[in-house]
Amino acid sequence: MIVKKEKLFLDKIDAGLKIEPKDWMPDKYRNHLIRQISQHAHSEVIGMQPEGNWISRAPSLRAKMVLIAKVQDEAGHGLYLYSATETLGITRDELIQQLQTGKAKYSNIFNYPTLTWADIGAIGWLVDGAAIVNQQSLRRTSYGPYSRAMIRICKEESFHQRQGYEIMSKMANGTPEQQEMAQDALNRWWWPSLMMFGPHDSDSAHTSNAMKWKIKRHTNDELRQLFVDRTVKHADVIGLSIPDPDLKWNKKRKHYDFGEIDWDEFWEVINGNGFCNKERMKNHVNAHEEGQWVRAAALAYVRKTKNGG
Amino acid sequence: MSANQLPLWEVFIQPKTGAPFQHAGNVHAVDKEMALQNARDLYTRRMEGTCVWVVKAEDIVSSNPEDNESFFDPADDKVYRYPAFFKVSKKVKEL
Amino acid sequence: MAKDFLYKYVLALGDDALILGQRLSQWAYKGPFLEEDIALSNISLDLFGRANLLLEYAAILREKGSTADDLAFKRNERQFSNHILSEQPNGNFADTMVRQFFLDSFYKLFFKKLTESKDEQLSAIAQKSIKETTYHLRHSSKWIIRLGDGTDESHEKAQSAIDNLWMFTNELFEMNQIDNNMLAQKIGVDCSSIKAEWDQIIDEVLSEATLKRPENTHTTSGGREGIHTEHLGHLLSDMQYLQRAYPDAKW
Repeated sequence: MIVKKEKLFLDKIDAGLKIEPKDWMPDKYRNHLIRQISQHAHSEVIGMQPEGNWISRAPSLRAKMVLIAKVQDEAGHGLYLYSATETLGITRDELIQQLQTGKAKYSNIFNYPTLTWADIGAIGWLVDGAAIVNQQSLRRTSYGPYSRAMIRICKEESFHQRQGYEIMSKMANGTPEQQEMAQDALNRWWWPSLMMFGPHDSDSAHTSNAMKWKIKRHTNDELRQLFVDRTVKHADVIGLSIPDPDLKWNKKRKHYDFGEIDWDEFWEVINGNGFCNKERMKNHVNAHEEGQWVRAAALAYVRKTKNGG
Repeated sequence: MSANQLPLWEVFIQPKTGAPFQHAGNVHAVDKEMALQNARDLYTRRMEGTCVWVVKAEDIVSSNPEDNESFFDPADDKVYRYPAFFKVSKKVKEL
Repeated sequence: MAKDFLYKYVLALGDDALILGQRLSQWAYKGPFLEEDIALSNISLDLFGRANLLLEYAAILREKGSTADDLAFKRNERQFSNHILSEQPNGNFADTMVRQFFLDSFYKLFFKKLTESKDEQLSAIAQKSIKETTYHLRHSSKWIIRLGDGTDESHEKAQSAIDNLWMFTNELFEMNQIDNNMLAQKIGVDCSSIKAEWDQIIDEVLSEATLKRPENTHTTSGGREGIHTEHLGHLLSDMQYLQRAYPDAKW
């Protein structure tokens, strides 16, 4: 029976059809999706912190409003993705618990600190830029709710990258101090952004199933290459230099060759030893715990009014 | 219900006057007032709607796509897991 | 002289929106649940939008070439004329909602009157603000009711917030020389005349929320004259930091 169901399932995938919440699916597929979508959601939510850090100090009213809107979008994206994950038979509570106990991960990039205003520019330009490359690929993912959430997110994402690039551009063309700030931010955020695409394909445990089930549509290395090719050109336009001495246009491949990522740093940060890992989690836990009495009050009130009290 | 878990509501948005409502996703909220506000904040930030409906997820009745071969659960009336995102039928046009 | 009065009047309204918006924006990623995070940042955005319109108008009245950002980022503590209530710290969620509720009720009544202003700019800004404020008031008053009539803990926190913030509410209805001048010119609002209605809104919601007015009804003011609480200085030094640190830079 299960073998027949599995064949139907794989046929659907191969035919490019969507799998919906009430369709039969192998446990491995379900669990892979819960892991992947929820981690994406957690990333959006944790990602609010490094950027939220500069809202109160944004240097103009316009920059402030744009940043608030961006962080708000991130909360919204987190919600779309939690929404999609919940269709797989897990609750928001369980998801939050997984995040706070470290059982579920979130994108490493948000474990880096935002030291200056230029970091906000770098995040929009590079981190959102990398996310866009990844997300555009996911619009055609096989699981229906995930695909629809990604389409929605992609529509909203392009303003994010433009916001960041505009900040970098203004600074790169500003005072010497601003230029220095912008270049410094690029120096610190470039390599972590490349790490966002994950390990090399050869070292990635989850890739083969993800590709077979069309959860993932392109490999880590393919996406990373695409990102590098696009972004180098952006940097050239505003006169900033990518901090990679091995970066070179390869005429034969028609792509940029680039240096090797520091995989030690990559694994250190994933394993919890990044600059801000503990702080990000502490903030998340605090907000959640501090919010407990508010949620309890809201629920208590509803119960009272339901009972006509 | 646990103190942490606010009930789930499904959200339907009418993109413009006269158009059919489309399922947009869901929100957690304690009551319909909050559900409406949250739905507005989450799904119409970019002016994507003229009207919003919210329905408690548990009140939605869904058909079972695999009625014949219901191996795991013969769920008929109640949604087994979670309602599928409804697709807008392309056949519905304004008269 | 007349222009100076108008400038100061508009500036004060701009400061009100700016400082309150700044306070609310500090809730990013700290809300009791994600949906509420979005709601609070929405309100904050509305307020900054209003602040921007008002400060832009004030800048035009002030001098050629002056901008809203100049006013927001380069004035010092004694030059800000916002109501003291707006600058009070966020505290816990009840503190924020009570502060918001007191102000939303006031703004709803205030902007309704301001739509009748002979000054077209102010009238237009008021019309936009009414729509937003109606939504803000729905949100904050509903929370007062949930918190007041929720659990013992939330009731206590809400009552405590009311007791602490009440003293800053009277300032909203005071009329100084500038207000009176603007009123005489049919540009400004008679704030003292809206107190009765404000009291009604407050009492209705408090009653439904099983909350009470505080026993100590002592009040204080001074914001319009640039006499603030110590909180404003810290808020400004944070908000204005980049522009102050890099005076030659354009952002």
